[in-house]
Amino acid sequence: MHESAETDDYPVRRTAARPPADTRRGAIVVGASSGMGAALVRRLVREGYTVGAVARRGDLLESLRAELSREPGRVVPLAHDVCDWRGVPAAFTELMGQVGTLELFIYAAGVMPAVGPEEYNTEKDQQQVEVNLLGAIAWCNQAAELMLSQRSGTIVGIGSIAGDRGRKGNPAYHATKAGFATYLESLRNRLSAVGVHVLTVKPGFIDTPMTQGLDGLFWVISADKAAETILGSARRRFWNTRYVPLRWWAVATVIKNIPSFVFKRMSI
Amino acid sequence: MISEPTRPAVARDALSDVQRRIPSGYKFVEGWGMASGVWSRVWKPRDRDELQELLAAIGQTGRQITLRGSGRSYGDASHGADCETIDTTGLDRILAFDEARSEVEVEGGVTIEQLWKYLLPRRHWPAVVPGTMAPTIAGMVSMNVHGKNNWAVGATGAQVRELDLLLADGSLRTLRPGDEALRAVIGGLGLTGIVTRVRLDCKPVHSGNVRVRAISAPNLSAMMADLERFRDDAHYLVGWVDCLARGSHLGRGLSHIAWHLEPGEDPKAERSLEVAYQELPAAILGFPKSEVWRPLRLVNNNAGMRVLNASKHFMGRFEGRRKDVLQSHAAFNFLLDYVPNWKFAYGRKRGTGLIQFQSFVPDERAGEVFTRQLGLCQERGLPSYLGVLKRHRPDDFLLTHVVDGWSLALDFKVCPENRTRLWELCQAMTELVLDAGGRFYGAKDLVLGPGALQRFLPGADLASFRRIRDELDPDRRFQTDLARRLLDPAAQPGLPLVTF
Repeated sequence: MHESAETDDYPVRRTAARPPADTRRGAIVVGASSGMGAALVRRLVREGYTVGAVARRGDLLESLRAELSREPGRVVPLAHDVCDWRGVPAAFTELMGQVGTLELFIYAAGVMPAVGPEEYNTEKDQQQVEVNLLGAIAWCNQAAELMLSQRSGTIVGIGSIAGDRGRKGNPAYHATKAGFATYLESLRNRLSAVGVHVLTVKPGFIDTPMTQGLDGLFWVISADKAAETILGSARRRFWNTRYVPLRWWAVATVIKNIPSFVFKRMSI
Repeated sequence: MISEPTRPAVARDALSDVQRRIPSGYKFVEGWGMASGVWSRVWKPRDRDELQELLAAIGQTGRQITLRGSGRSYGDASHGADCETIDTTGLDRILAFDEARSEVEVEGGVTIEQLWKYLLPRRHWPAVVPGTMAPTIAGMVSMNVHGKNNWAVGATGAQVRELDLLLADGSLRTLRPGDEALRAVIGGLGLTGIVTRVRLDCKPVHSGNVRVRAISAPNLSAMMADLERFRDDAHYLVGWVDCLARGSHLGRGLSHIAWHLEPGEDPKAERSLEVAYQELPAAILGFPKSEVWRPLRLVNNNAGMRVLNASKHFMGRFEGRRKDVLQSHAAFNFLLDYVPNWKFAYGRKRGTGLIQFQSFVPDERAGEVFTRQLGLCQERGLPSYLGVLKRHRPDDFLLTHVVDGWSLALDFKVCPENRTRLWELCQAMTELVLDAGGRFYGAKDLVLGPGALQRFLPGADLASFRRIRDELDPDRRFQTDLARRLLDPAAQPGLPLVTF
């Protein structure tokens, strides 16, 4: 045996002495300042997660952190504009330095500006591409690379039923959500072999700032209810694409199967 | 919802800015055996300028650096907790080839695969190759990697004619054999600086094939005698050991002895020098090779491995009666690349994987030590699923692992349930080796305790290494978990040696 008594219980003692980083449950929510993102952060922090909360508006994150300061988990706020995709690796590293490990990554940032029926505004469209698609890809790439290397984790992308068909309302919004869903499908196919799950969430009408003031909504559920469903689906790993609430799956199936020559005459 | 983009509030340190220019990511960085790892930022500079910029920026933050090539070290040699990881595989240019002197000059991140594919059509082969073609030249230099011809030509260090070492302060040193610092850089575990350029010997060949003879051995001493018989004559020697055979069969297995071919010996020499000829089989027993680890996983237990090893042994007895065969260099040397990701057969969950316990024992004690090691593994119910025997010769690098004797490499499955027992077994086997004057190898190790290195290295060599390290890297910028475990355990008590 070695001379020093210290070596005898090597390395077990040393392993036990340090709280292993991967027993801390870490998550990142991008788009955390309001709506579903904020609801997801609240739920995760109450469950004890350390949640990296990313949003453009740092003041809102700060108040979210203050609100949740007595919960078992913790909010790590990071003010970041997802349009700045070149800054994403630095932001991600910065965040991970405090979150530790990544069990769950959720991209919930999205914008849907009001677009008139005869309006073709590329500036608005660019904003949507940058937030809903380019920013999403930049962040998910980082999460995917990390989860690939750690061979565990779940990536959740908040898409939309709007991505299922190109409707009249807001062409770029539909396009970005469709693009994001396809991107997530590729990611899922790449990562499933190493035990990483990718969930595409397609919410119907959720009571969030995005839908405020819109007419003709039905089956509206609260952001918290949506967050509960999303987290449940992320853990059960049954669904690859989950409509929230589930009844939208039936609606989407019908809408997806309307032939174009009919669809173009419809007003939905 | 839309408002004008604001400046991101992320810029925090000197590195955030560099991160916009040099590729980086935040990853789980693990040893190849998957039994250890850390979460870390990983940088992949694409040339020496980026590397220098990065070193300067990291210098400003005061953080330490862990160097990593292809990450093929089994244990914790290429990861460091709370370090910035620099992946050097971006420096991947082959710079020059001098056919008359049989020397090739490469950047540090060039892999053995790149190198042999470059050399073979030029009628050369790397002088030293390990069992896989993935490692980088800088990694091989830093770990002083050996091949199946170690006893004949030495390890990687013996082939180095010149190298450039980029120090943490951004300055460049060119070292040649005879420089004392080179004795610390080769086999120096990546603690002195970044090997950015290497000029090394390669071997002229007349054919893309080697002549291979297989000899089946009923036990370990017979195998050692077989290999010893060919020591003066052969170019490569390696023995596969069935570690599950007991009693009088203990250490049975199959030796392979190989020779480079003389001109005219291979009628298809020209064809065999093409890279395409060297490709490994795409399928094994009908399975596409990328999926072969899956059926292997099904037999990755004591009973399954007993059957697999026994069948390999009996096939080997058949093979041993054949005449010599010609086999391509790649097929003979890169056995570990036949089944990509074969390590997944040991499990893919974090904390599950494999370790390799490889000990280097002087000739006169080797047979006895290895026999006792195999017995110990079986006694404790932790048999090794793969054993490999090789012959070595000593060299004069300060931390070198090679001795005038033999090495036995033993692969063990690691899982959370057996981890403690396995480490105890390794400690017992370590004692046998240390008592016999043996040594250990940084590229494989995950189990040596504090104080072990000090017991097998001559005190003067260790002191010289520390002195040269202090001179080349006075601020201790380069660090790895392996180095902390072996060299500085007293300096940093309570270190995260194993992060699971």
